[in-house]
Amino acid sequence: MSAFLKLLARNRLALVGGIILLLVVALALVTPLLPLADPDVTRTADRFKRPFSDGALLGTDHLGRDLLSRLLWGTRLSLAVGFAAALVAAVGGAAIGVVAGFFGGRTDNLIMRGVDMLMAFPYILLALAIVAALGPGLFNALIAVAAVNIPFFARNIRGVTVGIAHREFVDAARLSGMSTARIILTEIVPNVIPVIVIAMSTTVGWMILETAGLSFLGLGSQPPQADLGSMLGEARSALITNPHTSVVPGLMILVIVMSINLLGDGVRDALDPRLKSGALSRPMAATLVDRRAPVPEPKAEGILAIEGLQTQFHVKDRVYRAVGGVDLAVKPGECLGIIGESGSGKSVTALSVMGLVASPPGVITGGAVRFEGQDLIGAPYRRLRDLRGRRVAYIFQDPLSTLHPLYRVGDQLIEAIRAHRSVSAGEGRAKAVELLRSVRIPNPESRVRDYPHELSGGMRQRVGIAMALANDPDVIIADEPTTALDVTVQAQILALLDDLRRDRGLAIVFITHDFGVVGQLCDRVAVMYAGRIVEEGPTADVLGAPKHPYTARLIACVPELGAGKRRLEAIPGLPPAVDRLPEGCAFADRCAKVQPDCRAGEIALRGDGARAVRCLYPENTASREVAE
Amino acid sequence: MTGYILKRLLSAIPVLLGITVIVFLIMALIPGDPATAILGSYATPENVERLNRDLGLDKPLVQQYFIWLGNMLQGDFGTSFSLNRPVLDEVLERFNATLILAGTAFVLCAVLGIAAGVVSAANQYGWADKAITFAVLLGISIPSFFLGMMMILLFSVNLRWFPVSGMWPIYGDRNISALLSHLTLPAIALAVVATGVIARLSRSAMLEVLRQDYIRTARAKGVHERGVIWRHALRAALVSIIPVLGIQAGFVLSGAVYIEIVFQWPGVGRMLVDAILTRDILLVQGGVVFVAACYVLFNIVVDVAQTLLDPRIKT
Repeated sequence: MSAFLKLLARNRLALVGGIILLLVVALALVTPLLPLADPDVTRTADRFKRPFSDGALLGTDHLGRDLLSRLLWGTRLSLAVGFAAALVAAVGGAAIGVVAGFFGGRTDNLIMRGVDMLMAFPYILLALAIVAALGPGLFNALIAVAAVNIPFFARNIRGVTVGIAHREFVDAARLSGMSTARIILTEIVPNVIPVIVIAMSTTVGWMILETAGLSFLGLGSQPPQADLGSMLGEARSALITNPHTSVVPGLMILVIVMSINLLGDGVRDALDPRLKSGALSRPMAATLVDRRAPVPEPKAEGILAIEGLQTQFHVKDRVYRAVGGVDLAVKPGECLGIIGESGSGKSVTALSVMGLVASPPGVITGGAVRFEGQDLIGAPYRRLRDLRGRRVAYIFQDPLSTLHPLYRVGDQLIEAIRAHRSVSAGEGRAKAVELLRSVRIPNPESRVRDYPHELSGGMRQRVGIAMALANDPDVIIADEPTTALDVTVQAQILALLDDLRRDRGLAIVFITHDFGVVGQLCDRVAVMYAGRIVEEGPTADVLGAPKHPYTARLIACVPELGAGKRRLEAIPGLPPAVDRLPEGCAFADRCAKVQPDCRAGEIALRGDGARAVRCLYPENTASREVAE
Repeated sequence: MTGYILKRLLSAIPVLLGITVIVFLIMALIPGDPATAILGSYATPENVERLNRDLGLDKPLVQQYFIWLGNMLQGDFGTSFSLNRPVLDEVLERFNATLILAGTAFVLCAVLGIAAGVVSAANQYGWADKAITFAVLLGISIPSFFLGMMMILLFSVNLRWFPVSGMWPIYGDRNISALLSHLTLPAIALAVVATGVIARLSRSAMLEVLRQDYIRTARAKGVHERGVIWRHALRAALVSIIPVLGIQAGFVLSGAVYIEIVFQWPGVGRMLVDAILTRDILLVQGGVVFVAACYVLFNIVVDVAQTLLDPRIKT
């Protein structure tokens, strides 16, 4: 509870709303004690006095009644009626919802059908019908507004109740012989109260508006008694000649409802756990760049060269170093594998190339990404967009979520082409069919009209590849493209990529956590751990004779087919959290042969030409059998 | 698709019947008897009894309901005693005016609300987002009737841009430009609240969608950010915006009551308020049933639009 209040207080707008509402409520409460004129005494001689005139701070209305006094008394009435209506609706709706949700079955069905019927009415119309039956009057208006809101509460509360009705603690209460009524009161009701509070905080403003509305129509409070709505209703006839009589009550309604809405939003945000982590911020068109250190000199050659890349995630006051200085390069026709556990920074490295890391929270804080020698980090959006898909294309994991679910695959392919050159509709379509054929999708002419959900996983990934090929790119970055697929489909996709590389001279950066895949496809491989490269070299060398203890243990994790004699060895422990990286080697805590100096100072990536390793005590036996 | 529409139409029948039952029950709650209300408190007991018999009010409740329902199905909604004309004629004429007002307001709030939500989400935490968020808060907090009155004061009385009230000029031609100048203020006043609600929802729906993987795919393809926002993200967000449009249509349709009163618009809402004040029960019954039925049918249109928009929904 106190945590909730703290969260609420931190929301400055909610605080402002709460304070204003408190002031208004306090004013309404002390109204009978204030030295005000009688709100109902008419003095026709003093009609329509202007605001700030003697004896009437806000002026007088068409019957010469003091507006300030009427305003405060009216506010008192409006607040009372609005909150009473909200309370009645909440209690009534909660009762209905709890009963329906708790008993379920036919009771639930019957009640909810009735609720659906009520919800089929246009909101205010139902209130009008109820007032029509009961007759005009403030109390009847209260009942009408409450009744109209009951279905909303009933539906919400029922949903929550269904969720708890079969939980263990309710079953336990049942088994212990508690009566149904007691179970509902002691086990269910306390758990639905937060939902009731949220629902009330979002609807009480409405209810004040609606009761004021009915009074405005002359169906609520009857003269001489006046709430804010009927004050406004009576003032309407003098709107043009004496607008102040309308403005005074109207503004008051606005202030009340606005402060309630501000407070209500705060309550909802504080009780909605999704918003706490700040998860609802949208990624921008390109990753933010905030390079503090000087841009490194170009050293590696290749069509795409990553140098000293650093990408971080800034969440609140935490900094996660997802990529902590990575150097990589790939040549035309070459396939470079990046391998590592999940969270090792391999995907973030790949996405940083074209500024596709979600930002916020991602920030590229250092290094360079050179495409044909030109640095792309911090390049204007226009240049990035021009290169994306045309020169550097991506293939993503799980094409069910990476293809747009609501567009036909053909249209998505055509769009990929049209993003970079203008083609006619017919041309685009022909090209799309051709692309699908080039990735060996059967019946491409009819498949272009399919939606992603109508294709199998393997076919969808082929579409993903076809899309990457749409503009004959020079570099393809494939981020775990086969992880979601079964083994036979995976083999087909790998063969397809390999052919494309040989036929078109594509440079491929292939990200995976699977050594088998690396062995099949990649010329060179880089092993990543905790945001850095720990070993790099030609695939056969690295797989055959790993030098970094981490690589060795990673290879030992791969099961062997047939009569493998060695034990399958999981790596003990977990990778370090990238917001609290230890000094020295990040793998030290999990390494079997760790030495004291492993934990001190920066350990460089050292090597001779092709091979490099970031370890003070690299392995020297060929293909060491672990723990045998 | 035709099959789906038919199925939805059939499923609307119990809802429509439920609506008539609810309206009938509410009216049956009326304390005292309508005959006294019609004839006034000075009527002789004999006259009251005769009128009750004429209205069929001496029969059991269930029988009364079926007679009423049967008559309505044949297009006979009864006769309004205060206007002395068939209820259906009056409702149809008034509903026409309401439809012009509410329909315009609905188009306004849908277009402006969605656009504001999209702009707001695309510039999250930017100045446009802050301005829109504030405007939305103001919009959903202001009573539409108060807003309408202030608009009259500013735009009709002071600036003289628009007529003060009514649907047609008292003298002069009833042409489209005359209608538009009368329609502008009430339609805007009616649309404001719903625009705010739709903008709010569109913003959060867009934020949700913009975090999806397929948005990253679109960007990776090199699609221009405008296309990413308005084509990719909005298309997906519409799936959750459309159902809310259906709900808001109900608010606009019934919220028209206030606006019709403020602007002297000859619509069904004003008719209902007058009927309630004169206790013209048959007119209230007929008007409520008719408008609610139209709303149910409109929601079927919304559902159909929803399935057209989302190919994943099996029809």
